[in-house]
Amino acid sequence: MAEKELQAKAKEEAPAKAERVRPGRVFLPAVDIFETTEVLVLVADMPGVAAAKVTVDLKDNHLVISGEVAPAVGAGETRLEQEYFTGDYLREFHVGSMIDQGKIEAVMRDGVLRLVLPKMEKAKPRKIEVKTA
Amino acid sequence: MPIIFREPGVDPRRELEQLQRRMDRLFQGAFGLERSPWQVGVYPLVNISEDRDHIFVRAELPGVKAADLEITIQDNSLILRGQRQIPTEEKQVNYHRRERESGFFRRVMALPARIQADKVEATCKDGILTIKLAKPEEVKPRKIEVKVA
Repeated sequence: MAEKELQAKAKEEAPAKAERVRPGRVFLPAVDIFETTEVLVLVADMPGVAAAKVTVDLKDNHLVISGEVAPAVGAGETRLEQEYFTGDYLREFHVGSMIDQGKIEAVMRDGVLRLVLPKMEKAKPRKIEVKTA
Repeated sequence: MPIIFREPGVDPRRELEQLQRRMDRLFQGAFGLERSPWQVGVYPLVNISEDRDHIFVRAELPGVKAADLEITIQDNSLILRGQRQIPTEEKQVNYHRRERESGFFRRVMALPARIQADKVEATCKDGILTIKLAKPEEVKPRKIEVKVA
């Protein structure tokens, strides 16, 4: 399974849309998005974000996921070397298919958010049979 | 800042990195900007900090389980090996985006101070690995009182 060597990458910063109240940087989390006939699933890497600090908002097909990180260094610590920056996460998507808002499930585990968005009945694909005349 | 010319045969990438560091330091000094992370190019990237008694090494490893990590202390180096697995989804899924990566990693880093190899704690919380290394007594800062003669 894990045959490839991972490469170090700098995190990509989210484009600023409005002025933020909370100071600090904002990053775009890396995501996997896939769908089945029933659901649309979004998996996002947000290391440092506790489950209680995740916000998922879906309004008119506009999906916003965000997460607030805890302070990167403990109290009384001095930084010696910094190879990566820490900051909050924010990413927005336009969701194409109709989503059943009431049935959205979100699980946060080990810094990975898994969002399951069930599709509405009418958005599910239907097989169309071609009749022979 | 002195400009040093070296013999041919040096790694140009290393030279560029050094130049970048110097430029960063220059900008940091002139405009108070934060320095960009050093381009070490080895996964995972780490942040190192210290307090009086400990050295802390932190790395962002979302979704990596403790069982998939191997931490070794050797002399004055910390070796971090492991793998990041992304569970495969069912066959019938179709991907829109696939940005998360799986794979193995192996990194060695020099520790900034001597540590007690038997007093190392590692914890994984919310996808952040924190390795807490205890400093030996003799490297801890000591307050020296000035006596009045």
